[in-house]
Amino acid sequence: MTAMITHIFLQQYWWVIVSILASLLVFLMFVQGGQGLIFSLPGNESQKRMIVNAMGRKWEFTFTTLVTFGGAFFASFPLFYATSFGGAYWLWIAILFSFTIQAVAYEYRSKPSNLLGTRTFDIFLYVNGMAGPFLIGIAVATFFTGAFFRLDFMNSVTWATPLHGLEALLSGKNLALGLAVLFLSRTNGLLYLINSVEDEDLLVRSRNKLIINSIAFLLFFLIFLFSILFMEGFAVSDDGGIVKEKFKYLHNLIQMPLVLIIMLAGVVALLLGIGITVFRGERNGIWYAGAGTVLAVLALMLIAGFNNTPFYPSLHDHASSLTIENASSSRFTLSTMFYVSFIIPFVIAYIWYAWKSINRKRITGEELEGGEGHVY
Amino acid sequence: MIETADLSLVDWSRAQFALTAMYHWLFVPLTLGLSFIVAIMETIYAKTGREEWKRMTRFWMTLFGINFAIGVATGIILEFEFGTNWSNYSWFVGDIFGAPLAIEGILAFFLESTFVAVMFFGWDKVSKKFHLTSTWLVAVGANLSALWILVANAWMQNPVGMEFNPETARNEMVDFWAVLFNPVAVDKFLHTIFSGFLLGSVFVMGVSAWFLLKKREVWLSKMSIMISAIFGLLSSLMVAFTGDTSARTLAKVQPMKFAAMEALYEGSSDAGLVAFGILKKSEEKIGVEKQGHDFVTKIKIPGLLSIMTGGSRDVFVPGIRDLLNIGDSTRNIYSVNEMMERGTFAREILNDYKRARMINDEEQIKILSDEFFGNKEFMDESFRYFGYASLNLPEDAVPNVPIAFYSFHIMVMLGFFFILVCVIALFLLFRDKLTASKWFLWVAIISVPLVYIASESGWIVAEMGRQPWIIQDLMPVSVAVTKLSTGSVITTFILFALLFTALLAAEVSIMLKQIKTGPKH
Ligand code: HDD
Ligand code: HEM
Ligand code: HEM
Repeated sequence: MTAMITHIFLQQYWWVIVSILASLLVFLMFVQGGQGLIFSLPGNESQKRMIVNAMGRKWEFTFTTLVTFGGAFFASFPLFYATSFGGAYWLWIAILFSFTIQAVAYEYRSKPSNLLGTRTFDIFLYVNGMAGPFLIGIAVATFFTGAFFRLDFMNSVTWATPLHGLEALLSGKNLALGLAVLFLSRTNGLLYLINSVEDEDLLVRSRNKLIINSIAFLLFFLIFLFSILFMEGFAVSDDGGIVKEKFKYLHNLIQMPLVLIIMLAGVVALLLGIGITVFRGERNGIWYAGAGTVLAVLALMLIAGFNNTPFYPSLHDHASSLTIENASSSRFTLSTMFYVSFIIPFVIAYIWYAWKSINRKRITGEELEGGEGHVY
Repeated sequence: MIETADLSLVDWSRAQFALTAMYHWLFVPLTLGLSFIVAIMETIYAKTGREEWKRMTRFWMTLFGINFAIGVATGIILEFEFGTNWSNYSWFVGDIFGAPLAIEGILAFFLESTFVAVMFFGWDKVSKKFHLTSTWLVAVGANLSALWILVANAWMQNPVGMEFNPETARNEMVDFWAVLFNPVAVDKFLHTIFSGFLLGSVFVMGVSAWFLLKKREVWLSKMSIMISAIFGLLSSLMVAFTGDTSARTLAKVQPMKFAAMEALYEGSSDAGLVAFGILKKSEEKIGVEKQGHDFVTKIKIPGLLSIMTGGSRDVFVPGIRDLLNIGDSTRNIYSVNEMMERGTFAREILNDYKRARMINDEEQIKILSDEFFGNKEFMDESFRYFGYASLNLPEDAVPNVPIAFYSFHIMVMLGFFFILVCVIALFLLFRDKLTASKWFLWVAIISVPLVYIASESGWIVAEMGRQPWIIQDLMPVSVAVTKLSTGSVITTFILFALLFTALLAAEVSIMLKQIKTGPKH
């Protein structure tokens, strides 16, 4: 059976899997969004505690998704892993740093004798909440706007700027996506709180904050989307070379109507989730907005890598640009991994089941004061 | 044409990786061991329904949670560090190495993190049975994550199941099962998880002994010691057994590391095993620069080394000098000089191939592919030693001998010591003399730092003993490293060192406070 699966099919399959992981990650960063609100949203200590605990019961999923995203990218497109992580060093180190401080913050913030003090751990949560989504947005934006590297014939990377990744912060388009992801995570964070916490005052506060965060998200998202759709992109020509092409990403959307539909469905679902929460006072907006987030990010990732598009263009040396064909693992490895990927639905199923059994009751102030359960 | 990097960059990159790995490893083995001990306790609770067992379970679970969080925090850095600091390596072997890492994420980390959440938040939300299952799944998940990362690590010690593709200039996987059932991987996995179980057991014994000294929680402490001493005894026997098989495999696949662990410079048949020894620098150099070592004093078990490596006293065990200068013809090991020549030849062929590719000389490409890269003899007899082309001097192939020697011997001595500790604990417990035997309670407490030392020493043997290789015989660390400025790496090193140290201090402080407070009522 393996013999019938072509290399190009597997490369595309793995690009889709990596894209799905990326889009789940962006959705799950609602945890970071919530963390970014712990100083500005709550009116008192008890509300702050509710926010922290609502997010704290989910942070592991986000974290593990990030780790798995990294692992899957390494396994399926090792040349990207080698090129981008080694080259855009400081950008990735900043991202890692922000996640390292998060991992201990929940468990340690309210424990006695925690040495650094609750406030320090809350600042850790806040820093991760702001920097995590923003920097990941910047990193993903470079799939479209490119980076400055050259690969030699042994595929070893030289980075052309001394900033080693920080130069990505100087591009307006990258900043637009960074901010869009940041405000999206805050929007989703608020929607998740509205869904999972029982406290009248906090609900009102969250709804108010939701309006401004979702407007900011839409603004930056549209700026990013239109600027890439109408810019000059890169394409793989028939002879395998990398050439410039006007409106490349717009062409991708038009030439892949299915992706266009996914994109539109995503945006509509997102707006619907926000709309029913703001205008109709419903509390399950997170599910629509979450599905919308996943679809919209998925569509972005698909136009970045499919339709003869280099998913990591090199602005410094066009020929070094990475495509899903030249950056991928061998056919054997991808097909081994293909079978492994059949486990993913089971993983999602048990996560879903465990999630539901813990979320059965909304979080209340009394529950956290009671002290029986595990409280952050 | 294959650049080797500036030495200080390599050293700082190594230091940074060692720092993160060793911090990570402070927390990982406790997760491996404690997760099973907690699962055993909860099983007894589920069977008996007695509240004090639940109380015990929850106490140890709290300590588990504190340790787990920081294990996760340090782990993510390690995973991405392969890309950030060893990018050439990531490409050269990513086709093989990436897969276990991805499988680890999909198969193990999700299992662990999902059910950890149920374990901590599910007490009054899910059924008793589901909760117990979750606790067991956390233990299974933790040990599965060990499996995959160790398969990856074992592959670096003994690369198998792959072929070199000159077109992409990397190694590609051709046999997944060979990678998974690599003999080094099997040894490593078993030795590592059992050492984690032992560490968890010694930890539980030590903390319980402290309670007994303070005359607090007497029943709970005795029961905890009973469970951990039984679990610890079985594990420590397995640790010794799998340690022995590890050493035998090592003698075959990494003879240089093996010689360094024993500080064996001159090989011989009927070679003895040094059970204890103190080294000093010897007058005689090996090669141009490096200093050799002599023993100031030693206790030697005659013949045992030969028996261990080959099954009989007649077997010749090569020493460091033999490996450098003449190899070992009985086991088809070439001298380092010879391997350097073969490696250099292989590298020239690859350069020719790349040159032909650059000018699109299809004819030449075909000749080279057929005659060399498609030719088993060339691959097995020359390309296998590709990495040796990057060494400057033969003695570069010798790791740091005192480090390998001492860390190995400390680990082994402690290994036998813990077997004794577990036996005595059980003996005193069944004689009901545990609370009265203050001396033993102190031994149990002191064993806690010792078991961490044993465990870290193990990795130091395994990792520093394999220097200069990042992948045995194929790639030295100097080629693997990302070409960054040394200053950048120093900066991140300091950043991580400060952060980890602060987090570790917080962790230890929280842990001690929780122990002092004791189980909740
Ligand atoms: C999957 C591979 C892998 C695994 C499971 C480990 N290591 Fe490792 N280790 C490496 C892969 C590696 C490496 C990438 O190959 C390094 C970096 C530089 C080098 O020589 O090897 C390394 C270096 C390295 C060094 C420094 C050696 C030197 O540069 O002199 C130490 C002390 C350790 N490791 C210790 C550990 C510990 C405590 C681990 C347990 C968690 C561990 N390693 C797991
Ligand atoms: C150098 C290689 C290693 C890398 C890249 C690595 C990577 C990681 C990562 C990314 C995590 C966090 C995952 C999460 O989200 O839960 C983690 C945690 C963990 N790792 Fe490692 N790891 C390495 C070595 C090891 C080894 C050798 C073992 C075991 C033998 C191990 C066992 C674990 C376990 C049990 C956890 C769960 C957290 C904890 O223990 O506290 N790791 N590792
Ligand atoms: C009882 C005698 C022991 C023997 C004969 C033994 C033997 C070995 C050997 C030969 C290695 C190197 C394997 C390699 O480089 O591939 C090793 C590694 C290691 N040892 Fe031990 N060991 C013993 C006890 C212990 C103890 C008590 C612990 C910790 C509690 C421990 C923890 C480790 C660890 C974590 C490693 C690194 C992982 C690995 O390479 O397997 N060992 N041991």
